[in-house]
Amino acid sequence: MSKFRKNGKEEMKAISTASLPDIVFMLLFFFMVTTVMRETTLFVSVTTPKATEIKKLQKKSLVSYIYIGSPIKRMQASYGTAARIQLNDAFASVDEIQEFIASEQEARDEKEIPYMTTSIKADETAKMGIITDVKQELRKAKSLKINYSTRKGTY
Amino acid sequence: MASKRRGLPEINAGSMADIAFLLLIFFLVTTTMDQDTGIARKLPPMPEEEQEKPPEIKAKNIYVVLINSNNELLVEGEWAEISQLKDGAKKFINNNGVDPASSDSPAKAIISLQNDRGTEYVTYIRVQNELAAAYNELRNDASLNKFGQRFTDLNKQQQKEIKKMYPQKISEAEPKNIGGNE
Repeated sequence: MSKFRKNGKEEMKAISTASLPDIVFMLLFFFMVTTVMRETTLFVSVTTPKATEIKKLQKKSLVSYIYIGSPIKRMQASYGTAARIQLNDAFASVDEIQEFIASEQEARDEKEIPYMTTSIKADETAKMGIITDVKQELRKAKSLKINYSTRKGTY
Repeated sequence: MASKRRGLPEINAGSMADIAFLLLIFFLVTTTMDQDTGIARKLPPMPEEEQEKPPEIKAKNIYVVLINSNNELLVEGEWAEISQLKDGAKKFINNNGVDPASSDSPAKAIISLQNDRGTEYVTYIRVQNELAAAYNELRNDASLNKFGQRFTDLNKQQQKEIKKMYPQKISEAEPKNIGGNE
């Protein structure tokens, strides 16, 4: 205590900013590590439905995404407005899902395959027909863990 | 080495902070903290070629929920609103043989869900959500009674026990195409 009190009456020195870069770098590394860049550009417009009984999706690296919705305005001229499936960066047909799941599984470690989840990001207005087709393909591909992507909220 | 020879002037590190700030702001802007959330479900495996006869289940142990292509509900043969579904399902699951026309026990109760190909996804999710809510509330009540804690605060062993009491059995039949307006 006495050590600090001595200095009290003397004039204030400017605070050294030499450690400022260190602090900023620390923050920088934090954000660099946590950041996830958007990997796919969406060609379908998706507004996920709201739900209350939701769970967080863990282990993002083990999740594959299937987007279902009507094409965005720019693409409507060539693809129409009917709901479509998007895998990675392109529109896909239902038959391509098995292939997609197989390639996703190949990219992961063998031990991790049972923990892989497929997240279905479908638009509120999509019909169940297309979603059922997707689910059937997932069953055939033996990828049984799914997650209906929803937002938190009530109607 | 270098300093020994000539004593090179030190590089001014004053602008280091600026560079770091620039990078920091870039990552701050691009970062997305939002966690993906959703309703987790498990699909049944594809039936194998040689299939054993499925075990017979009494009709009273099945709670039938049908959704048509106009997003209307038929629960146990009666028209219903989605808002009524949760209480109806809870009553059915927790019947424990009181009402002879309803389920024998929570472990035997099965909810059967069938939708039309023309049903809107949002309705399907709302129904799934209500059914999940019914189970979650029952599990929560049971864990409060048994352990005096909320279900989500229990440890894994205790959660398993509660899950055994109230197994979530939602069976989905393949959809029909009656509405025809897929």
